[in-house]
Amino acid sequence: MITFLTFPFRMLRFVLVSFLLAVGQIWANKTRSILATLGIVIGIASVTAVIAALTGLKAKVLSDFESFGTNKMFIFPDHPDEGPKKDAEWNVIRFSPGHFAGMLEHTPSVASFTRMAENSTAMTFGEKTIDSASLKGIDPAWHEIEGRSVTLGRPFSVVDDYNARPVCLITEKTRDELRLPRNPVGESVYMLNRRFEIIGMVEPPKDIGGMFGGGGVASEVFVPFKTLWDATDPFMYVIANARSPEVADEARAEVRFFLRQSRDLKPDEPDTFEVEVLSAYLEQFNAMAAGVTAVAGGIVSVSLLVGGIGIMNIMLVSVSERTREIGLRKAVGARPAAILLQFLVEAVTLCSLGGLIGILGGQGMTTLLQKIPNAQLDQAYIPAWAVVLSLGFSGAVGVTFGLFPAIKAARLNPIEALRHE
Amino acid sequence: MLIQLQGITKIYKMGVERVHALDGVDISVDEGEYVAIMGSSGSGKSTLMNMLGCLDRPTAGSYFLAGDNTSKMGAAAQSRVRNERIGFVFQSFELMPRTPAWKNVALPMMYSRKGWAGMRKKALKALDRVGLKDRSSHKPSQLSGGQKQRVAIARALINEPSILLADEPTGNLDSKTSHEILELFDELHAQGHTVLMVTHEADVAAHAKRVIRMRDGKVASDLPVEQDEVASLIPTRRSPLQQAGGAPEPSGGRR
Repeated sequence: MITFLTFPFRMLRFVLVSFLLAVGQIWANKTRSILATLGIVIGIASVTAVIAALTGLKAKVLSDFESFGTNKMFIFPDHPDEGPKKDAEWNVIRFSPGHFAGMLEHTPSVASFTRMAENSTAMTFGEKTIDSASLKGIDPAWHEIEGRSVTLGRPFSVVDDYNARPVCLITEKTRDELRLPRNPVGESVYMLNRRFEIIGMVEPPKDIGGMFGGGGVASEVFVPFKTLWDATDPFMYVIANARSPEVADEARAEVRFFLRQSRDLKPDEPDTFEVEVLSAYLEQFNAMAAGVTAVAGGIVSVSLLVGGIGIMNIMLVSVSERTREIGLRKAVGARPAAILLQFLVEAVTLCSLGGLIGILGGQGMTTLLQKIPNAQLDQAYIPAWAVVLSLGFSGAVGVTFGLFPAIKAARLNPIEALRHE
Repeated sequence: MLIQLQGITKIYKMGVERVHALDGVDISVDEGEYVAIMGSSGSGKSTLMNMLGCLDRPTAGSYFLAGDNTSKMGAAAQSRVRNERIGFVFQSFELMPRTPAWKNVALPMMYSRKGWAGMRKKALKALDRVGLKDRSSHKPSQLSGGQKQRVAIARALINEPSILLADEPTGNLDSKTSHEILELFDELHAQGHTVLMVTHEADVAAHAKRVIRMRDGKVASDLPVEQDEVASLIPTRRSPLQQAGGAPEPSGGRR
């Protein structure tokens, strides 16, 4: 009974002693051990570096999304892939402002939306001209959706929009390029063949990183949506804001339902528009990252296989070198299981050591990755789960490939082993 | 009766040929005996030694060690018998290199069920018994041949086995060192240990109290040392312990 109860402890102690023996053996054959584990070291180092790079990229993309707005939805006209409207005229497909009249009453998950029209224009003030300023037609909700409020003057009013008044908002950059006074409110600029009164200033765009075309921002000028619509007949789309990221899918469904009605689509007709939720892009990115991880995992498993064979080889050499020692251990009472355990622990120790060195190497590679300019990998790091997984995998390789040599050792006949030269 | 061999037969198959390494061997050994097993090479003495040490299984026959039939035991149980009841001394010492003497001595304890308590202390005590207390942390490469064999004997003693099995223990030693090692065996016998020694040297066998001669896998003769050919070589000088009368009477003969 006592023997039975103390068994786990004796087992643990034996594993510990086997581990110390293994460390001694590895230390005694340093060069050989390091060469044998090289396959595992390289495998683990590369997979941890790839995981670190992906993790960094993910963090980067996530923060980009966050600054861009995770609640955001883009709604734009699109030809369906099939059905009668597949090859329809653009006039049939395109949006008109009326399609969105009263949308908020039917889409409870949508907080606000702005109709959008974009163009570029030359604009002149006095002697200064900007050849190509970015011109946007917006609704007042745009300020909230994009998080760029009016810092000076006032936003557009319903009257501005309704009457398609020639008023505009500009940014500091535009003001400075046109050499407008520090407070430009009340001044007039010339564009689209008429005079526009400046009624206020808008915050500069946030630095949203490379993913969404940040960086070099053009000079911007904003006019009421209807003003631009009437003047240029532009491509119209809509940006809407869901109440929270959690209801993004509901908001999308509501918008879709509403638009199908307002655009008179029959029940069996496909959509003639797209509603894109940003979180869907995030999911896409996650799927891609998972794909890359899987491919990297495949490559690494090949590397681990090669590494494992190296370990098996060196363990077979070790068993053959220590045949007499095994014979002696058996003669003084080591059970076959004890010998098996000793060699298995040695293989696992060897592999785990390789895994550990591999993780250190992976960390080194990650540090280098972070230093690559413009690679956007400065947030790369090895997550804890990858460390645990790497060590687990190297240990498993040790068990798998150490088993055969260990069984060979355990089955040695003590008499022949002791006679071995 | 400590050891009882009944009709032990061992047949090796060499291709189509069958070699009878042991052919119906019956031997009994009492506790405290000092037995030399002699024979030319190929006589079966090494196979007999392996049988006695539970390192090999007979093709036929039974081996009772203190009443337990070891020839019917599984590998793990045989390991336990080797660990607890048998102490091996080999011709070539079989010490682990790069391992200090006391750890070599303690090796059988590692596989003992009795636990590892006081391992170092027991190892040092065993080294003391063979007169090597001050060499406990030396590695085998730093020891002479005689010292190595003493370490091996200490290792054989550490688990307090019933039998000491020595296979040509002086085969790798010069005559002076051999003499010292044999005196150590004499002393251990005098202290009550059962000693079985395989040798082909008459002067080594003369230290024992009983000589079993093997020929062609059979027991050729089994006589008290005084009646054997080696009688003339019996050493005259006995260790003080034996002179004090600690040695049991040789049993001699088959029972």
